[in-house]
Amino acid sequence: MSETLVIDARDLHKTYGARKVVDGLTLAVTPGQICGFLGANGSGKTTTIRMLCGLVKPDSGGGTCLGMDILTDAQKIRRQIGYMTQRFSFYDDLTVTENLEFVAEVYDMANPSQAVAGILERMGLVDRADQLAGELSGGWKQRLALAACVLHKPKLLLLDEPTSGVDAKARREFWDLIHDMAGEGLTVLVSTHYMDEAARCSRIVYLSDGKLVVQGTPDEVVQSSKLTTYVATGANLDATAVKLRAMAGWNRRRCSARRCILPGWTAEHLNKPRHRQPVRRSLGMKCRRCWKTCSFICSVTPRHERVFLPPLPRRAA
Amino acid sequence: MNGFSFRRFRAVLHKEWLQIRRDYFTLRMIILLPVLQLFLFGYAINTNPKHLPTGLITADHSQDERTLVAALQNTGYYNIIPLNSEAQGEQGLADGSLLFVVNIPPDFDRLVDRGDKPAILVDADATDPSAIGNATAALAGLSRVLDRDLPPNLRSQPAVTPFQVVVHARYNPEALTVLNVVPGLICIVLIFSTLFVTTLAITRETERGTMENLLAMPLRPAEVMLAKVVPYIVIGYVQVAIIMTIAVAVFGLPVRGSVLLVALALGLFITSNLLLGVTISTIARNQMQAIQMAMFVLMPSFILSGFLFPFKGMPVWAQWIGQVFPVTHALRVMRSVLLKGDGFMAIWPQLWPIILFIVVIGVVAVRSYRETLD
Repeated sequence: MSETLVIDARDLHKTYGARKVVDGLTLAVTPGQICGFLGANGSGKTTTIRMLCGLVKPDSGGGTCLGMDILTDAQKIRRQIGYMTQRFSFYDDLTVTENLEFVAEVYDMANPSQAVAGILERMGLVDRADQLAGELSGGWKQRLALAACVLHKPKLLLLDEPTSGVDAKARREFWDLIHDMAGEGLTVLVSTHYMDEAARCSRIVYLSDGKLVVQGTPDEVVQSSKLTTYVATGANLDATAVKLRAMAGWNRRRCSARRCILPGWTAEHLNKPRHRQPVRRSLGMKCRRCWKTCSFICSVTPRHERVFLPPLPRRAA
Repeated sequence: MNGFSFRRFRAVLHKEWLQIRRDYFTLRMIILLPVLQLFLFGYAINTNPKHLPTGLITADHSQDERTLVAALQNTGYYNIIPLNSEAQGEQGLADGSLLFVVNIPPDFDRLVDRGDKPAILVDADATDPSAIGNATAALAGLSRVLDRDLPPNLRSQPAVTPFQVVVHARYNPEALTVLNVVPGLICIVLIFSTLFVTTLAITRETERGTMENLLAMPLRPAEVMLAKVVPYIVIGYVQVAIIMTIAVAVFGLPVRGSVLLVALALGLFITSNLLLGVTISTIARNQMQAIQMAMFVLMPSFILSGFLFPFKGMPVWAQWIGQVFPVTHALRVMRSVLLKGDGFMAIWPQLWPIILFIVVIGVVAVRSYRETLD
């Protein structure tokens, strides 16, 4: 079983001071997957990624990465993975080419200059080859970082929030590249805060306070969240939203001018006759005063960001 | 693959070299600062000061007195300023405008002629003993200046001694401070310019965020360390060449020993500083901490090395601490090779402590290089 898994980590624990950053995390990633790593800031994503490539020693637990032990074979693992750090970590005072040549030499590549030329071509960095990395804009820096991470042809790519601070077009192009590489058999673990990116993953893993909360395909995760979004359209919606938020039972729910979420209610739920009436009535009844300006209410499948914004769905402990 | 890879070492070396070359400001500082310091300190430090302000209190202006004052002035140490009262002298010593007050008693001539051996009182400001040391010593010779003018029975009697003590100020017959200071100064200037460059080497990677990537790559600690040290050894030698040229051309420093020996000793000395810097760099969490730790090393290097104060004058325990620092030994090598013309065998006792230091600190550096981010 573990032979076929690219990442097979069991029961990872890491504590900094009194804070449990990673608390009993078990993670399994199969080859060729693009595994999305989701969770709020401080939920343990970066620490987990660092443990997988041997940069941080777990307090307890262990596992394998590409079949090698993360506790004892960190040096070997490092040669076969590409790790893109959250913060740009190449040399601002070296040119794009120089940075890549440095990486190629350090990884003992057979033909460094050819490899560098190839990756420049593939990443569209040819025009920027002689520019200092420090002078690149965010999107280009991130491309350079990705180029440097895949230069030595790793089997596993660990990307830590690779697209933070990058514009929408660059993000889309970046993801196209990742999908290309996954198509060539590369396994990718990518942490992100963007839900449209989560939707492009073949599998997502959601962390909260160092614990795995939900995992599955993006659709499965949305389904299992048991949330319903109600969409209201019409005039004067902001005022309606303010009133809705003030009402009992709604105060902890998300309710903005255009959408309201009712946890525990799925669309099917709502459409069953015995539920539909009371719910609709209660909505209608309770909201009569504020609702009169809303012309239409219906339920839709919630979008990913709704599912993952607090209050979070917790796995039954 | 776990051993030292020359190729990876060369990759880091190339990277470091590019970074050094692009950092024009630091590069210029590394070259210019030692030159500036050498000029500044070479001229400024003088442990044998002359022309010290001296107040003269005297009641009458007799012949003997004039002879005495002229003799004082001829030593070169005293600048005589006539005073009107003792209170003026007290005031001068207190506010620092006078370092000496010479008080010649009234009727000096008559007392001398009567054979009463009158006392001349010299008040000295001893807050800085080294400033007045040589001047005070010169007073001893004054007692004979009147011999010429006096009848034989009043002349000072040369003590009859069974033997004579003859002191030769060897290697530096004129006792020029500059010859003592400059060889030491070369070491001190080098410690400044070499310790700091590597002190910041690893912490800079950490603070720029590039350390995480460096760690994630298959690099061994020794490869990174060595690659960070080697470029600065080269730069260190450039500094040595410039400094030595100035020392010889401007300060007239003699090179009586082998230039090759000087180069060897300074090379070892530079390496020890660079490795110490790297070690500090791996232990410190940020650049501020690193600089504070470097200062912690620099102060004793200054004070306990024998650069500013005579090494033999320190208590034994302080000498032991001083012996640990490579600068103490480098200093002695420089003085002995440059001024005495000593050969390899004579300086070997000073070379091996530096080599030992390099080995120990090198091991500590590689050991303390953290391979994880914990």
